Amino acid sequence: MTQIPEQQFVHKVPVQCTLNGQSTEFLAAPYLSLLEILRETLGLTGTKEGCNDGNCGACTVNVDGRIVDSCLMLGVEAQGKNIETIEGVAPAGGLHPLQQAFLEEAALQCGICTPGFLVSAKALLEAEPNADEHRIRLWLAGNLCRCTGYDKIIRAVEKAREEMK
Amino acid sequence: MHPYQYIPATNITEAVSALARYGNRARILAGGTDLLVQLRGERYELDAVVDAKAIPELVELTLDGGLTIGAAVPCYQVYENLAIAAAFPGIIDAASLIGGIQIQSRASLGGNLCNSTPSADGICPLIVHSGVVTITGVDGTRTMPVEEFSTGPGRNALGNGEMLISINLPKPAAHFGAAYQRFIPRNEMDIAVVGVASAITLDATGQKVESARIALASVGPTPIFAKQASEFLAGQTATEETFAKAGAIASTEATPISDMRGTIKQRHHLVEVLTRRTLVQAVRRARGNA
Ligand SMILES: Cc1cc2nc3c(=O)[nH]c(=O)nc-3n(C[C@H](O)[C@H](O)[C@H](O)COP(=O)(O)OP(=O)(O)OC[C@H]3O[C@@H](n4cnc5c(N)ncnc54)[C@H](O)[C@@H]3O)c2cc1C
Ligand code: FES
Ligand code: FES
Repeated sequence: MTQIPEQQFVHKVPVQCTLNGQSTEFLAAPYLSLLEILRETLGLTGTKEGCNDGNCGACTVNVDGRIVDSCLMLGVEAQGKNIETIEGVAPAGGLHPLQQAFLEEAALQCGICTPGFLVSAKALLEAEPNADEHRIRLWLAGNLCRCTGYDKIIRAVEKAREEMK
Repeated sequence: MHPYQYIPATNITEAVSALARYGNRARILAGGTDLLVQLRGERYELDAVVDAKAIPELVELTLDGGLTIGAAVPCYQVYENLAIAAAFPGIIDAASLIGGIQIQSRASLGGNLCNSTPSADGICPLIVHSGVVTITGVDGTRTMPVEEFSTGPGRNALGNGEMLISINLPKPAAHFGAAYQRFIPRNEMDIAVVGVASAITLDATGQKVESARIALASVGPTPIFAKQASEFLAGQTATEETFAKAGAIASTEATPISDMRGTIKQRHHLVEVLTRRTLVQAVRRARGNA
């Protein structure tokens, strides 16, 4: 969480956006990242903080159909946007094919990177249902995993790709 | 971290007057992939960031022979446009290798230019495509070639209260090709040890060089327009031998330092190799068989 000395107060800004399909309003201190707003203000802790500087992709969310690192976007920039986080990935009462495949292929260990991988991979497979292994690896280059060695993740995404066809 | 205001500007006048009001205590926010990292890292303090992404001129992307790239247009919009990719191959090489997909959703070539690191991947391709920047401040608007924009590491020609509006690239001549390559230890998501952009215009036979432009990244305090190597190529036959000679000349125009990423010697060598390779690739593209 960002530490701000209290005497340097700047006013919070009202923000309205669509979050996982629901119209959502919140007040954001302008210097807070979308990641901080999601986790601290909105209590959506599925999105993870890894590096907090754009390198690891653990904080990946989907904004207007494009994946972005939520640590490198301000919460106030969410105004008017359509945002999907990991909490919006699973259908009610079930798992998304990607989530199911990650479980079956043991594509996670500590799990910190997993929400980011799922949000990234979902955006790829929705845009390119036939993405091959090379394309998947390239697309996921902005998501780092320190546990699995990647092969299991790639296998899980390929399995989900077949499921989603 | 020092707290700052968020000013969403909807037109240039609003943005410029906010910049003028705050002096050096405000900066433009484009994709934020440099700015937010630097603010969080307390490299400097700001009282306000001025979001430029709702200013029409800054998100304009127009291909009308020439190409106008608004300063805040994210990389993916540039490389996903097939017509732009065909006409401006050097720009596409850069836009598609800045960061990963998440970064490309937000990062702009304007931000790359204004951040003004010598290792920036976007600047050299803009130089060899003969890019011209449009800058506006409270006192009006001016233009300058991209190669004159960077003035030192993290420094550029923008005066107080000035902002970059767009980058304009002229329509490439017939038989034109360009390419950008960088050397990095990994395959993606890394900072260039050396980067080279080359652009070449061939004569109608496709054998002779009419003109060429070469620019070097990460081998000096700013991206370097390799004037002598570029001029050497005019009138030469387009062979790999000629391009190797151009590489040797370009290497003499580089002024690298040794750091954790590479030594002076390695960087001079890489300039030679990458100059030759980018010229070969540019020629292939110029001949239409990339
Ligand atoms: C994980 C990661 C990987 C990266 N990989 C690469 C890479 O491979 N190659 C590379 O070159 N860079 C890379 N970068 C750096 C960065 O993404 C690029 O420099 C990017 O192009 C910056 O654009 P932006 O729109 O995000 O700029 P911002 O961060 O919004 O702005 C950058 C600077 O320029 C100023 N600025 C922006 N627009 C204007 C304007 N219109 N007028 C005046 N000033 C302006 C800002 O105030 C700020 O000082 C990477 C960054 C990260 C976090
Ligand atoms: S936490 Fe955002 S990229 Fe690592
Ligand atoms: S499972 Fe631990 S970082 Fe990927």
